[in-house]
Parts: sequence; structure tokens; C-alpha cells
Amino acid sequence: MKCRKCGAAAALELRRHNAAFCAPDFLDFFRNQVREAIRRHKMFARGERVLVAVSGGKDSLALWDVLLDEGYDTTGLYLDLGIFDYSVESKAKCEAFAARRGATLLVSRVADEVGAPVPVIKQVTRRPPCSGCGLSKRYLMNRVALDHGMDVVATGHNLDDEAATLFGSVMHWQTEALPRQSPALPSTHPKLVRRVKPLYRLSEREAAAYAFLRRIDYIVEECPFAHGATSIAHKEILNRMEEASPGAKHNFLFGFLEKARPVFERAAGVVLQECARCGQVTTGTVCAFCKLADQVKRAAGGAAPER
Amino acid sequence: MKVVLRNPRREVEVAGNRRVKDVLRDLDILPETVLVIRGDDLVTPDHVLREDDVIELRPVMSGGAI
Repeated sequence: MKCRKCGAAAALELRRHNAAFCAPDFLDFFRNQVREAIRRHKMFARGERVLVAVSGGKDSLALWDVLLDEGYDTTGLYLDLGIFDYSVESKAKCEAFAARRGATLLVSRVADEVGAPVPVIKQVTRRPPCSGCGLSKRYLMNRVALDHGMDVVATGHNLDDEAATLFGSVMHWQTEALPRQSPALPSTHPKLVRRVKPLYRLSEREAAAYAFLRRIDYIVEECPFAHGATSIAHKEILNRMEEASPGAKHNFLFGFLEKARPVFERAAGVVLQECARCGQVTTGTVCAFCKLADQVKRAAGGAAPER
Repeated sequence: MKVVLRNPRREVEVAGNRRVKDVLRDLDILPETVLVIRGDDLVTPDHVLREDDVIELRPVMSGGAI
């Protein structure tokens, strides 16, 4: 198999683009897709402060790598979920990457903020672990961004992540979730920082290939709580469709973004206000994060949050 | 050839000179879900692997709170 651009031996076949690329031309392709995402959705401009949420995985470190090379003003944020050795190792990967690139990394511990690490939140709430974890991550990303005067939060969500989330929402017709699914969510409240996903045009495998070819040391092991997660089941279904019909995931997501999302966006009319307790943005009186922290506190017998 | 699989880490032996796509099919692995790594390089599905090759099939899927 030959590289579509230079004719040298290819490193990666991209069936949905009916193409194959050698390593240097694939890296160019990857960077161009990130540039196109940023340009098309006006994600951020030079001079703006970008908070890059990093997990130690391939996607977020690949994203940070590209943005650093492109000369953007970035700061990393690692949220320590307290998930045993997995969190210890993933934090070490982020710190090593930041040190190698001479970049600033902020670290925030979920246990300090919610009152307990993710494994305890899982027990207390009796909800799937990914539920309390995702809620905490979204809340803390926004709050850290506000506290540090960041203009925008960038996450490493890729095409597979977005297609799987969309699939889940459609399977349950969660119409309230559909307008919120976008590569770029604008700030609709002074306390809500813009959120962008510059990798949404790139597949999970492309992000992994970029990280590998750039020799980024990322955590390959899966989060121990992700086993059996619905999002993974949806990804497996979509990958079978992709195998039978290359481009299926791309068409599903991009068709939604171009044709269906505007319809759901027009129909939605959400009023945002500030949480009576923490002052962060919510649609109710008390935000979901404060309710989660209350639940953790009650389970601990009213004791002060673990520090 | 030796095929290294991850999560959990394990190894399987595959006999003969085989194309990458045939090895993946035999192991019931979708090409979209792995990087095929040989040494410091990635190899494409049509690449013929030799008896003495060592390859890693590194999963690319992550999930959970996405």
C-alpha cells in the first residue's frame, strides 16, 4: 500500500477517505484536520488562553501536542479522579509530557472538590461510575477555567466519541441532549466557558496513530471502570457498521451536525441561572455537582470532605 | 510470528507468512479498533508478516465518561 501523497510505503490506511499515508504525510493530514476544525467552528484565536483537559490518554495528549506545535497559548489540566493505579499512572504521563514540552499543567483532585474520589462516588450514588465521573469532570473543567481566566476549554473528544454519544442519545431519543452535542459550545452565560473539541474530525484510531508516530508516551490501559460501559458497547456497534461501510461513523455524525442539530437547537429553550450554593451555572436551583457532593457527604455521615 | 495483544496483555503465536488483514480476521479483530505495530512502525493491512516477526495489536478504543 502506497502513500497517496508521496508514493512511499504507507503506515496507515484510512478507508473512509479511500486513502493511505506514510508517517510524515499522515501527521500533516492530522494537523490539517485539527486546523480545519478550529477554523470552521472559530474555536479559538491566537492570543486566547486555551485550557486543554488532559487525561494521559492518546486523544488529549495528541491534541495538546498539536496545539503546542501550532503555537497556541495552552495550559493543561489534569483532573485526578482517584481511580487507584490508573490515576497514578495517567497523572505521571501528563506530568512527563508537560515537562518534556515545557508546558504548564494544572492538577485538580476530584476528592478535594466533591468530597470523595470516583470509586467512592460510584458506591455512594449507585449510578454507573462514568456518570458521576463525567459530571465532576465537566463541572471542574469549567470552574478551573474560570478561576484561571481561560477563554476556552479544549477536550480530546474524537469522531468515535462523538458518534457514540450521538448514537446513545438517539437510541433513547434524549432530544434535550442533541442541541448540546457540538464540536464547539459557545459561552451562553458569563460563568460558562466556551468548550471545543478540535479532534472531532479524526477517528480514535487516527488519534492513536498520531500519538504513536509522535512517540507520545500515553496510557494504553483502559480505565478499570470503563469495562462494560455503554459508550464502549456503542462504539463496538458503530465499528461493525464502519467495517461494512467505511465512512459510516463520519456520515452519521456530520449528517447530524449539518442537517439535524439546527432543528433541535431551534426547538430548545434552556434558561441558565447560577447555583444557589456554588454560583456555577445550572438549569435548576442547585446544580448537579452540589447535589452529588451532598450525597457523598451524607454517605460519610456528615463528615467534612476528605482532603 | 508472535502477536502481542493488550488489555489484558497476552501473546499468541500465528504460523506462516501472513497478511496483516488475514491475521486480524483470524483473531476476530476489526482493523478499525487497533494499531498494528511492528517495531517503531505501523503497518497496513496488505503488509505480509514473516514467521519471525513480532507485532503488537494495540487497542485504540477508550470509553466510559466521554
